[in-house]
Amino acid sequence: MFGTSLIVFREVLEAAMIIGIIAAATQGIPTRGRWLVGGTLLGLAGSALVAASMEVIAQFADGVGQEVFNASILGVAVLMLAWHSIWMASRGREIATEARLIGSAIRGGQKNLSMLLVVIAIAVLREGAETVLFLYGVAVSGSSTFLEMITGGALGLAGGVAVGVTLYLGLLRIPVRWFFTVISALVLLLAAGMAAQAARFLVQADLLPSLKSPLWDVSGVLPNESAVGAVLHGLVGYDAHPAGIQVVFYVTVAVVIAACMRLANQKQSVFKSQLQVTT
Amino acid sequence: MEVKLVIENHRFQPETVSVPVGQKIKLIIENRDATPEEFESHPLNREKVIPAKSTATVYIGPLAAGSYPFVGEFNEKTAKGVIVAK
Repeated sequence: MFGTSLIVFREVLEAAMIIGIIAAATQGIPTRGRWLVGGTLLGLAGSALVAASMEVIAQFADGVGQEVFNASILGVAVLMLAWHSIWMASRGREIATEARLIGSAIRGGQKNLSMLLVVIAIAVLREGAETVLFLYGVAVSGSSTFLEMITGGALGLAGGVAVGVTLYLGLLRIPVRWFFTVISALVLLLAAGMAAQAARFLVQADLLPSLKSPLWDVSGVLPNESAVGAVLHGLVGYDAHPAGIQVVFYVTVAVVIAACMRLANQKQSVFKSQLQVTT
Repeated sequence: MEVKLVIENHRFQPETVSVPVGQKIKLIIENRDATPEEFESHPLNREKVIPAKSTATVYIGPLAAGSYPFVGEFNEKTAKGVIVAK
């Protein structure tokens, strides 16, 4: 039973942390709850679908369909998170700090939420599909009773959700003047980490060169499978021994998003000063 | 270079695989069990779900000399193995 709960916990952890960050990032936007729940439900439905069609997916692209599929949905999530980061930089400061919404900001907020709904759905789908397959295996092999499986699964789920909620509550305690910066940085690093993961899948499928693998190895200090390593992996894409190409993807995505955010922020300042001149 | 692995009764066959250093290796893993398995190796930085009764491909390497343990995450107690590069 403990084996079951541990595996379910590990799978749920990452998705729960992503939802925690997004919940904090959308703090103050009305109707966000609907979107967060919607994304989760969509992801759960997707999990069942992906788990059921895993054999079909696996056969695609000469046996590396799974990698291509994972890399593709991660790519979509990276784009959505990038869009969100830039949106936050351009108009989010007021929303994040003052929770004051008027006119177009509300429409922008809703569009932004639909992007984040996709990110949540993808996060839940990725981890959920594996959990479904694992639990299915447990059920079929009869290695534990149905009750043990359900209890183990529920315990793991509760543990993962607890970490996500703790993260969310922790983020909300950040002083208002730091809040925007911290959340922006987290979302940016989340996107960079997902890009690095996508690169890893493409190397595994032999569709990308690894460019020296591993580039470095600090698994002696902080292994991926340690508790801290797993949390950092989910939060900022930590990898104890990344391939060179993963680092390239990570840095590129981080730099591009940061540059776009800066640009968007400057544009907003210019627009504001013009507004002040005319009124 | 190609290396074949079989999963049967939640165990890998063979459990120790020797591969040459500095070469890309195509790992072909056949799951003969009626349940899915997840091939996972932290040292190799690989993870892949292998559905029941099916075969999957995982590319690894080029590796430096050393031992690289792997597990079947869904049956970690029995499904264990190691790739030795020399």
